[in-house]
Amino acid sequence: MSAVATERASAVVIEGVWKFYGDFPALRDIQLAADPGSCLALIGRNGAGKTTLLRIVAGFSRPGRGKIKIFGAEPREAETRRKMGFIGHGISVYDELSAFENLKLFARLYGLVDPRKSALEWLERTGLERVRDGLVREFSRGMRQRLAVARAFLHEPSVLLLDEPFTALDDRAIAVLQRLLREALAAGKTIVMSTHQLREALELASHVALLNRGQVAFHGPCTPEMVADPGYVYARYGESS
Amino acid sequence: MNFARNVLVIAVKDLRAEIRTKEAINASFAFALVILLLFSFAFDPEAETTREISGGLLWIVFAFAGTLVLNRSFARELPNDCLDALIAAPISGAALYLGKALANYVLVLAMELVSLPVFAIFNNVTRPVSQQIWPILLVIALGTWGLTVIGTIFSALTVNIRLREVMLPMLTYPILVPALMGAMLMTSSLVMGKPLAGDNLTWLKMLVGFDLIYTAASLALVEIVLVG
Repeated sequence: MSAVATERASAVVIEGVWKFYGDFPALRDIQLAADPGSCLALIGRNGAGKTTLLRIVAGFSRPGRGKIKIFGAEPREAETRRKMGFIGHGISVYDELSAFENLKLFARLYGLVDPRKSALEWLERTGLERVRDGLVREFSRGMRQRLAVARAFLHEPSVLLLDEPFTALDDRAIAVLQRLLREALAAGKTIVMSTHQLREALELASHVALLNRGQVAFHGPCTPEMVADPGYVYARYGESS
Repeated sequence: MNFARNVLVIAVKDLRAEIRTKEAINASFAFALVILLLFSFAFDPEAETTREISGGLLWIVFAFAGTLVLNRSFARELPNDCLDALIAAPISGAALYLGKALANYVLVLAMELVSLPVFAIFNNVTRPVSQQIWPILLVIALGTWGLTVIGTIFSALTVNIRLREVMLPMLTYPILVPALMGAMLMTSSLVMGKPLAGDNLTWLKMLVGFDLIYTAASLALVEIVLVG
């Protein structure tokens, strides 16, 4: 398939991406792609470049070299951002606003037709409807995480970029997130997630990419061996091999 | 239309957050009042020279107390990585910047409108200030916009720096010199009973030009400041 055809067919294309911090190359010639309806799990040790890569894909920083295409368009285009949902290390909601105000704010920023209705719908889907008017600073950690999930899914994104999505989640939040991610995959949406929680991630992943010191050490379909033994990829393709 | 709506959404969000926490505005009000009180001890309110330097005193208070508001502008987005969510949203960097600048303008202006009568009473210039209130308010409105646009863009630039509270004034004040100088001279001149004509009009035009140029430059550069 030609490069142009690949760009059109793939939801996310990462083409020859380098990122430098000073002279240090944090990412080195990364080539990856994710098709619609697939889930790409980015795994690797701390400092391997997973978060840097996800932030470049999300358009938070620009690559030193190479390019990113989301459905054939640049990540910083407004239409592309409308198609993307991001969950990072922080929950990205305001402590001094209520859950409802937070979701209504983001619904407005994403230009949703009825921000109030969308906000209420997602409060219900994440089990937060009873605390809708409570300030986020008064929420438990699990409730805050569920609100973060609601914020990321609120505008029904076609591409979900998740940085360590299962880290520090309580059981209920993990269950909510996994259910939503399965529904998203069933609806043909694309997920790219970085994770250390291999068991949860590999249950969802269709493809796995192992990053090692800023390079792709392995990229391929997620096999039953990987699901059965989450350490398999590290053992076979990681630094110790 | 979308641009204006997004600007308004961001401005309302910032104002709502500030009204609930009162982090910046309390610090700014308190600082302004303390400095005004200290100035009233330092300078003889009966002396003619106090009137001559009144503009300088007033704008020193506005600039320093205003920086406390401006420092919080983008720093407010740091807890919970909220800035990421704003950058990820399909709004232009210019709309995000202008929304924040608008909220800052309202907050700084509120501090100034409280400080102005206090300043007038402490320095015994109540009558000249009330006689020239509209020209003085015009100067304050224009000078504050200059302070706000520069402060907001540098707040975005320094948001990830550990010493941002120190860096923001260090970067902001040198660029603000022409605007502050104009605002100071015009305010002093107005307090001394001179009309908004002649030299004052020239300074006013300069202040309008300063505001327009730095607003346009900030709107053009904010995307690079936020994303690189």
